[in-house]
Amino acid sequence: MNINTTKIISLLFFIFSAFYLYTAYQIQVFAFDENAPFNARTFPIYLGYAGLFFSGLKLILPDPNTIKVEHKNLEYKKTGILVLIAIIYGATILKVGYFLTTSLFLFASYYFLGERRWILMFILSFPFVAAFMYLLHGVLNIYLRDPFLQSIGVMG
Amino acid sequence: MIEGILIGLTTALTIQNILMVMIGCFFGTIIGMLPGLGPMTAIALMIPITYGFDPATGLILMAGVYYGAVFGGSTSSILLNAPGVPGTVATSFDGYPMAQQGKAGKALAIAAWSSFAGGTLSAIYLLFMAPSLSKVSLSFRSPDYFALMILGLTAIAAFSSKGQFLKAMMMVVLGLMLASVGQDSLSDITRFTFNNMNLTDGISFVLVVMATFAMSEALTIILKRNDPTSAAKQVSLTELGSIKINKEERAKMYKTIPRSSVIGFLIGVLPGAGATIASFLAYGMERNVVSDEEKEKFGKGSVNGLSAPETANNAACSGSFVPMLTLGIPGSGTTAVMLGALLGFGVQPGPRLYMTNPEIFWSIIMSMYIGMVILLILNLPLIPYIARILAVPKNYLIPLILFFSVTGIYVMSFNNFDIYLMIGIAVVATYLRLYDFPMPPLILAFVLGGLMEENLRRSLLLSNGSWEFLWDRTLTACILATTILIVVWHIYKTFKKNN
Repeated sequence: MNINTTKIISLLFFIFSAFYLYTAYQIQVFAFDENAPFNARTFPIYLGYAGLFFSGLKLILPDPNTIKVEHKNLEYKKTGILVLIAIIYGATILKVGYFLTTSLFLFASYYFLGERRWILMFILSFPFVAAFMYLLHGVLNIYLRDPFLQSIGVMG
Repeated sequence: MIEGILIGLTTALTIQNILMVMIGCFFGTIIGMLPGLGPMTAIALMIPITYGFDPATGLILMAGVYYGAVFGGSTSSILLNAPGVPGTVATSFDGYPMAQQGKAGKALAIAAWSSFAGGTLSAIYLLFMAPSLSKVSLSFRSPDYFALMILGLTAIAAFSSKGQFLKAMMMVVLGLMLASVGQDSLSDITRFTFNNMNLTDGISFVLVVMATFAMSEALTIILKRNDPTSAAKQVSLTELGSIKINKEERAKMYKTIPRSSVIGFLIGVLPGAGATIASFLAYGMERNVVSDEEKEKFGKGSVNGLSAPETANNAACSGSFVPMLTLGIPGSGTTAVMLGALLGFGVQPGPRLYMTNPEIFWSIIMSMYIGMVILLILNLPLIPYIARILAVPKNYLIPLILFFSVTGIYVMSFNNFDIYLMIGIAVVATYLRLYDFPMPPLILAFVLGGLMEENLRRSLLLSNGSWEFLWDRTLTACILATTILIVVWHIYKTFKKNN
């Protein structure tokens, strides 16, 4: 059997399905439901077996259309940084507030992606977010939590 | 039906809703034009904005975005040979050679008129077909629905997998597994939450769509930035040439459009098939029916070759609304996203939608036609300007997509956990995309997961735990036989290809 990344992904999916199936069998159902034709664990159990079946087939059958990815051409570093910035954005958005964190997230993302036109970067972050916030909060009446703007008295 | 059309027109022709169609078409065109971003991403990005609207307005906006994105995809196909969506791949076969010959304006105009005609004709077919199908679907029972969902999932896996059926089926199972997280709908027993309160209500549909489409597409674009295989060749965006179509070209289009619209609509109605297959089939059929002289021009800038897939893909878009509106079962990934949005509005699509919410049912159908008209009025004169949007630097585009994705989740839950979960799913989805694991089957399965379990539960309880319900009713047996046929045909095709 030729080992390639698709096979490894299939193996991981096989393990995941086995874990899912094990967890499905552990679902606590009501005593009167235990022997019913269908209870809360029936469908997940079928899904677990289906996952094992399809990933198992993918594992054992030959794969003539092997996908070859040229890893050296991929921008892992920039993608990683962008994901990290998004995580920091997610971690701070509730505590700091929507306006400041979103604007800083956009500004930082433009910067790490190689942009250096500072005025355009500024316009497409702070004023852009302010306008979008006005659209959501002011026009469409969608609540946006923003402790920072509340603390400086801009938002009620 | 006349009464329904009037209800639809009254709802669709309010100033607010016309404005929504216009905004939808415009933004859909822009998003659809950007290579890599298709209608699903465009609609997903619109979901947070529709929170403040009533269901009819929200859906009208989404329908506008859908058509706009399909048209936008054609623009990047013609100008860059980089289809924004799979449904416009066939458009590039003759559209791009035309653009290279200095007739980009004409190619875009043919695409716009063909899309308009295809959409208009299919809206008429939909108008007549949807109410009748609604009545027929009232006779559907739980086993039929369950079988129909199996058919839909198998079909989308077969058609969207590009020869990787098992990978697509793995994505279907993953989608169903994600849908099973949270409280069981009947017993309220929590499943797969691992004592995490944030998972008790299950994983949000918007979160999964944003993660697997908007966010993962943005990450894929950055990841493949330096990949020479994904770099697009570009024609001059400043010299598009005339957009006028001459008499001879019009005569060719008059013949192509009616037949391609019928194919497009019928393929669109089938669960899982959609615009991509419709456009390829229409292209293939057109090449077979034209004269030998015209056949020679195919692939070198043929008017028929451009008009056929463009008509068919727009007709298929309308067709795909038929199973969603009448059966509550989406026929494509895009309509699955719209179904999720409908459920979010508290509207349950299905045969009863026609009776309980006629204003929604008819206003969607009527707004489709209005959308077509607006798309033509808006896009034809704006072609030279719209084309320049293709030059938007990715340095700005990507952060904006990520921003819209996070905002969508933030306004919905005000919860950090959901944002982390979305980023996690997006990273996994990006990696899976690299190895050609398709995402539309996952979304369709996620949307149908709850309904599927519900219908299986009813069927098994009624048959006292026996699986005989699968062949007890003729309708159920026929649907399952179709499913088996699709699987067998697909296995045969793969086997033949490999040998």
